[in-house]
Amino acid sequence: MLLKLTGLVPLYPLIGCIINGFFGLRIGKNAVGLIAAGSVGLSFLTTLIIFIGLVMTPVEERVFEQVLFTWIAAGDFTAEFGFQVDPLSMTMMLFVTGVGFLIHVYSIGYMHEEYSFYRFFAYMNLFMCSMLLLIMGNNFLLMFIGWEGVGCCSYFLIGYYFEKKSACDAGTKAFVMNRVGDFAFLLAVMYIFYIFGSIDFTTVFHAAPEKLLYNGEVVTIITMLLFVGACGKSAQIPLYTWLPDAMEGPTPVSALIHAATMVTAGVYMVVRCNSLFALAPLSMSTVAFVGAGTAIFAASIGMTQFDIKRVLAYSTVSQIGYMFLAVGVGAYTAAIFHMVTHAFFKACLFLGSGSVIHGLHGEQDMRKMGALKNHMPITFVTFFISTLAIAGIFPLSGFFSKDEILYHALIDGNVILWGMGITGALLTAFYMFRLVFMTFFGESKVDPHIHPHESQKIMTMPLVILAGLAFFGGALGIPLFHGWHILHNWLEPVFHFDMASALDHSAHLLHEQGKHAPSWSHLLAPEEGHNIWIEIALMLLSLSIAVAGIFGAYVCYIKKPGLPDSLTEGQWGYDLVKNKYEVDEFYDDYIVNPTVEGSHLLWKECDVKGIDGAVNGTAKILGWISKQAINFQSGFVRNYALFMVVGFIGLLIFSI
Amino acid sequence: MFLTFLTFLPLVGAILLTLLPRDEEGAIKQTALAFAVADFVLSIFLWTNFDSTTHEMQFEYSVPWISSWGISYHVGLDGISLLLYIMTTFLTMISIIASWGITKNIREYMMSFLALSTGMLGVFISLDMFLFYFFWEFQLVPMYIIIGVWGGPRRVYAAVKFFLYTAVGSLVMLVAIIWIYIAIEEQTGVATTDIIFITENLELPLAPQKWLFLAFFLAFAIKVPMFPFHTWLPDAHVEAPTAGSVILAGVLLKMGTYGFLRFNLPLFPHASYEFMPMIAWLSIIGIVYGALVSLVQEDLKKLVAYSSVSHLGFVMIGIFALNHYGIQGALIQNINHGISTGALFLLVGMIYDRRHTREIKEFGGLAKVMPKYTVCFMIIALSSIGLPGMNGFVGEFLILLGVFQNSGMWAACATSGVIFAACYILWMFQRVMFQKLDNPKNENLPDMNTRELITVVPLIILVFWIGIYPKPFLKTFDASVEHLLIKVNPDNFRPGNPGSSHSTHAKLIKIEDMARLNQQQNGIKP
Repeated sequence: MLLKLTGLVPLYPLIGCIINGFFGLRIGKNAVGLIAAGSVGLSFLTTLIIFIGLVMTPVEERVFEQVLFTWIAAGDFTAEFGFQVDPLSMTMMLFVTGVGFLIHVYSIGYMHEEYSFYRFFAYMNLFMCSMLLLIMGNNFLLMFIGWEGVGCCSYFLIGYYFEKKSACDAGTKAFVMNRVGDFAFLLAVMYIFYIFGSIDFTTVFHAAPEKLLYNGEVVTIITMLLFVGACGKSAQIPLYTWLPDAMEGPTPVSALIHAATMVTAGVYMVVRCNSLFALAPLSMSTVAFVGAGTAIFAASIGMTQFDIKRVLAYSTVSQIGYMFLAVGVGAYTAAIFHMVTHAFFKACLFLGSGSVIHGLHGEQDMRKMGALKNHMPITFVTFFISTLAIAGIFPLSGFFSKDEILYHALIDGNVILWGMGITGALLTAFYMFRLVFMTFFGESKVDPHIHPHESQKIMTMPLVILAGLAFFGGALGIPLFHGWHILHNWLEPVFHFDMASALDHSAHLLHEQGKHAPSWSHLLAPEEGHNIWIEIALMLLSLSIAVAGIFGAYVCYIKKPGLPDSLTEGQWGYDLVKNKYEVDEFYDDYIVNPTVEGSHLLWKECDVKGIDGAVNGTAKILGWISKQAINFQSGFVRNYALFMVVGFIGLLIFSI
Repeated sequence: MFLTFLTFLPLVGAILLTLLPRDEEGAIKQTALAFAVADFVLSIFLWTNFDSTTHEMQFEYSVPWISSWGISYHVGLDGISLLLYIMTTFLTMISIIASWGITKNIREYMMSFLALSTGMLGVFISLDMFLFYFFWEFQLVPMYIIIGVWGGPRRVYAAVKFFLYTAVGSLVMLVAIIWIYIAIEEQTGVATTDIIFITENLELPLAPQKWLFLAFFLAFAIKVPMFPFHTWLPDAHVEAPTAGSVILAGVLLKMGTYGFLRFNLPLFPHASYEFMPMIAWLSIIGIVYGALVSLVQEDLKKLVAYSSVSHLGFVMIGIFALNHYGIQGALIQNINHGISTGALFLLVGMIYDRRHTREIKEFGGLAKVMPKYTVCFMIIALSSIGLPGMNGFVGEFLILLGVFQNSGMWAACATSGVIFAACYILWMFQRVMFQKLDNPKNENLPDMNTRELITVVPLIILVFWIGIYPKPFLKTFDASVEHLLIKVNPDNFRPGNPGSSHSTHAKLIKIEDMARLNQQQNGIKP
């Protein structure tokens, strides 16, 4: 059976990592590149075969589990090392290995001049392996191996240029911030085990409606903890500040880890736990509002940055915010859809920016670019297509996926969420075209000593393919005609959640506790039919918003290039946004520095002076007492005689 | 007999070394290593022949020693002590390889190490309180000598502090042992110091349980060391030679946690339950406090030493979760800490050998000149902060899972340790290994040599083995832990109906176990 190949998918990159890690320096760069990209390519091909296998299985049976061995067992706790393939993980596997393969190929060109070429690819392969474990794990703990594994590889790769202090700082920051999320995730896993007695996805999600009270305290805490974990990994407010700094890593890393795959893991995890989240309306709205808030917040910062990669980083934070918005209103398919299209266009954008940086010999400041479209035609065209896609221009992929999210935000959520989403869309179109105009159009502000050049084929080929996917990817989810939404139909079984019976159970649980169940009937109101006219109206609206954003950027950066400066000159609001709302400074001043200073105090005052001082003090007192006791043994007979007399008198007094 | 042979084999080696001339350094080192290797290899057979389905003592051997007082030489291993025993022989071997560069009084050094090994092994196999106390005190002497003679500049201060601290704890324990000796004679009419017999027959009301618990607690808490009894540890570690630190962290601290499992829990189950919150909070303070203080250390060894306080806090809170997950997690974390922290001390020792300093600010950018070293250090550092897929995670997770069954609050506080651990380890790593190599003294540092790799690579293999397939290790604990839990299960002492507690997954007492327990308590052994 084709599905049995599942275990091989993460194995290939692991082998690639081991070979390159141990022998990379000896076998030469060509072999390293071949092994690294080849192993991911093999994973992709295997994934395709498994995909065929899964498609051929009847819809109801599309969950395949493969347990390799028992990982941890203690008492009645078991965590298996097992994989689960269902339409959701399949979708993730396909685009992760596919995009991952393209980025590996691109990296062969991009990293070619590097001495530690092998180290780079060993990390990249290890990342692929961890990411696949994250996606494919059949329980929370195995997912957590991947979850921390990708974080760890991200740490290695951000700090790849380890001689740069800023790169090291960024790596450590990313790891620690992720750990804050992981801390919450870990607690959630423990809580889940406490309630369910299992950490298996199937068991937990199956038992969730029976064991958890709808809108109860338990499920709310669990889902909130999970969401904090997701915030860490997916760079949402308040744990997003590591992602812009993560741009210190080589550009292919930014494309693979910090745009297409790892940072979307949080979305995947929440979607995976949809049957828990469905029971926690409070957590759902938190997810939606945090997502929508992050979408606007990051987009606004993106408008003011001049580092090409940082603009893209804030864009990523913002786009993931959209995905969480979708998850929060229960539009899981839309979230996954946007995740896939985002992987295409954002990977293409990052690789394109890499190509630009490569062509300009390391220049990242957009103020020193301009008019590059003539020098780098392929990079320009692919970049432009992807920009149209992210801005949401019909009929590119981003248009459909973003539109679906906004539609659901309005229908399943509320006007505020939708308003936040549409504002974000306006900002997105603006800052992305600002980037394109500053980089590829206008007058050249490139340092005259640098001669921009187009990148070699091995780098442009992946760009072309990704741009193609960014263009046509929307076909996965054309919503207009019933039954055409391929992705929706495909993912449907994963999101099948019987709300009615869950509420029945909850009412029963409440009844047992002698409480009265509130009326939940409104939650089960029959779903309104898919209103095509509303959707078309919304589409037109968001399209015009996108065009407005583009036009704004056009005015500001092509037509009247002096306009932005004159508008923003001396505006404290602008400075605040440009300084990223001073969030980093806030964290440094109120969390990092107090911790370090407090620890210093703890060490010097509490440990050395306090506790150890007490210990040494006791020793000193004992020493002093025995020194006094020495006086009694002076060796003078008259003293001993005196003591005898004193003692004798004392005894006499005592006995009387 | 085999166990006795293994335990005293290093001591035989130490005695043999006296026959060798002092200047034959090569021969001395090789002889010592041969004994250590033989001891380790043979101790593997204990593992392969170990029956993990029973909690009964295995490889048992008993002869009367001072029969008028009921003291016997009674030794044996169960699931709780087996792996600690093997880890001791293993780390002794690694330590002797790591000490190849010692030049001062090499013969006496090796003799001390071999004698130390016998002392430590004896602690883990003793099934007689008197014998236990004998070994407990015996191992102090060689360690005292190792720190005091081959240590750093403040070695005498550190050695004396180490000795006195431990001795104070031990004395209180001795009083408690005598108390128990009298109590068991009053209760059963049998004057004995046999641990198994006492464990099965001693029945104490809560009040004396508490006092005795505290007496043992002091001895073991100092050894572990728990906050606030930890201040001897940084000094001892900083001054001890590299191999001394490895043994100190890897084995000596584990005697404390072992003591809790062998004495406090089974002898004073009710008191253990009563003191659970106190120990949990002390452990939590230790976890966070140790991590925070580590964060600002300027000396690498001190950083690792304080991190031990944090790690051992995890072990302690795991033991006092008083359930299957917590105790098994604590047992595996004992081993993990020996591996990871032992390796960290070895690695710190390597750059100390090269630069004769451990100040963090003296380093930076070592990754450029020492790539192999960097990789090894990175792996061990990550294992120490509990990255899943490596050993530390298995232990930490099980411990926290166990703690969660008692209190989500405790679990949350303890889990915060994983964030701080990432902070201090990664920040240290960044300042030592990464960034620009700006100190010219570091420019020509040689990378790890073969001997150094031999000491670290086995530990790295264990890091991944336990991380990915811990079953062979966890399996050995199972039966013993389950047996222990019959007595100390919190459900025994919780008010109300036992078995209906909120702890849904903690093992409930099986009826037949209960019956057996009653039988054991009622019937007096001849």
